[in-house]
Amino acid sequence: MKRKYFAYPYIVWMILFIVVPMIFIFYYAFNVNGTWTFRKCWETLTDVQKWRVLLVSVEIALGTTAICLLLGYPIAYILSNMKKSVAGFISALFFVPMWMNFVLRTYAWSAIIEYAIPDLFNMTRSMTATSTGRTIAVLLVLVYDFLPFMVLPLYNTLSKLDKSLLEASRDLGANGKTTFFRVVLPLSIPGIVSGITMVFVPAITAFTVPALIGNGNYSLYGNVIDDAFKINPEYSIGSTLSIILLVFVLISTLIMNHFDTDKEGGSIL
Amino acid sequence: MKKILCAVLIAVMLLTFAACKSTATIEFADGDQYSEIGGELNVLNWGEYIDPELIEIFENETGVKVNYVEMTSNEEMLIKLRSSDSPYDLCFPSDYIIEQMIREDMLLPLDYSKIPNAKNIDPKMNEFTNVFDPGAKYSLPYMWGTVGILYNTTMVEEPVDSWGILWDEKYAGNIWMYDSVRDTIGITLKYLGYDLNTRNEAEVAAARDKLIEQAPLRKGFGTDNMRTSMINGKAALALIYSGDAFAAIDENEDLAYIVPKEGSNVWYDNVVIPKTAKNVEAALAFINFLNDGNVAAKNTEYICYSTPNKAAMDRLGEEFTEDETYNPSEEVLARCEVFHDLGEFVEVFNAAWSKIKSSN
Repeated sequence: MKRKYFAYPYIVWMILFIVVPMIFIFYYAFNVNGTWTFRKCWETLTDVQKWRVLLVSVEIALGTTAICLLLGYPIAYILSNMKKSVAGFISALFFVPMWMNFVLRTYAWSAIIEYAIPDLFNMTRSMTATSTGRTIAVLLVLVYDFLPFMVLPLYNTLSKLDKSLLEASRDLGANGKTTFFRVVLPLSIPGIVSGITMVFVPAITAFTVPALIGNGNYSLYGNVIDDAFKINPEYSIGSTLSIILLVFVLISTLIMNHFDTDKEGGSIL
Repeated sequence: MKKILCAVLIAVMLLTFAACKSTATIEFADGDQYSEIGGELNVLNWGEYIDPELIEIFENETGVKVNYVEMTSNEEMLIKLRSSDSPYDLCFPSDYIIEQMIREDMLLPLDYSKIPNAKNIDPKMNEFTNVFDPGAKYSLPYMWGTVGILYNTTMVEEPVDSWGILWDEKYAGNIWMYDSVRDTIGITLKYLGYDLNTRNEAEVAAARDKLIEQAPLRKGFGTDNMRTSMINGKAALALIYSGDAFAAIDENEDLAYIVPKEGSNVWYDNVVIPKTAKNVEAALAFINFLNDGNVAAKNTEYICYSTPNKAAMDRLGEEFTEDETYNPSEEVLARCEVFHDLGEFVEVFNAAWSKIKSSN
């Protein structure tokens, strides 16, 4: 029974920093300068362009997640098969850059994209000169930023895998390919699910990367929300947009949870 | 031995601290004396918009501790000042925002008996400042300038004289616009032949569509970052403030600045005291200090934006006073006008801006 008291700080924290802000968001969404109204909210909900940006954000977030998974899985797999000491060293190389501030790293990338890459490849214009170039640049930096979030849960799952299962699979006559697809991959699903959640959610809410890399000329949903708060003195539009994104993230997390049959991944719900 | 080493180390550290204590001073133009005021002064200003040495000098003269907070847009400043526990004693908004702040009764009238140096402000500024603050009741000009095009003469061969060049497909991906709703929509309205301060929804919609059409040509919406980009030759054209253009040309002589023939905006950043100010005495002393001829001259040399201070202009070299970018001619100013507060209509501008910004 006593253990319950240890949960109190967490409950206070949740109320202060999760529940109260949520109440504010809902309050501001339906309240314009002290009067309750659905007008602003409705205007925002029926704004086709905002939905188009949400679609682009979903595409970018899915792209980032897919690339991170394709790159991250082999890395985690190789790491998990290495000697512990070597694996520790290599994964440190992976995570040490994360100790540096995220915005600083994004600024560094902006310099690479703006100056280093055009000079290296003798390009006459910078990479961000075209809309396609900007999309590629934003995707590149998002993948760079979020790849460790994919590798870490995958590595945890894969390194805890019972090696005797692999031996059993071999004993029963399965070759390496079959062992991987029939044994390793299904057993690593919890890691994949939490990796996807940990990349997809921050990727769909990203606004620093598109703002800095796209020179303010590339908007994802996070930027639309950012602008809504910065441009308008009342918070109604920004709050409505935040609620839409919130619902969206909630739905995608629920879908992901559905796949996580063991309910042991680091999913946020 | 260890003790001596320790003592030496401590002595060195103390000396270093002593050396860090600033000794910056300036000779005041009118031999002004400042008395000890003390307390804190919270200043809200644009980034890189004051010579930091001047803050030290003011602190040394008056014993006031200056807390300097930076902002990136007028709209952001307004949100900060509206907050109920706003600590700011002094800020530097632009013309149309001052008009709005006066309308919303947010400003304290200036007590000119405490600002004798206000006499240094060039009376020719009144023609523009009277538009938003008649009789300079609430505000004194701090810096001013025009909005125009900064271009790289090695990349742009034809003569630049119209806003239209910002829509020229030859320069796709090489055009910077300003990340500010009034400036960017304003010059587009001018290009289309409309009023900078229009209250006609159809005209704003036309400007919006023109800017959405520009999206594939645009490098981005910049603020201070585009100055670096232009200096390094990474873009051909930029919609920019004259002060930034002047500073950029100083670093890269291939750059040139013009105010297009369709006309443009002339802007003022004035110093004001919000009604919520706590240390009004220090705020007034700071305004007086900034308007000293020598102080204003030092400040404008640092910021590179044009000073409205006549006493400072007299002290500046020809590289400032004879420069068309720094000191625009009457002929250029004749086709420029100031922004007005749009009242409720600003929502139409904001909605258009939000559409433009997310049109990638």
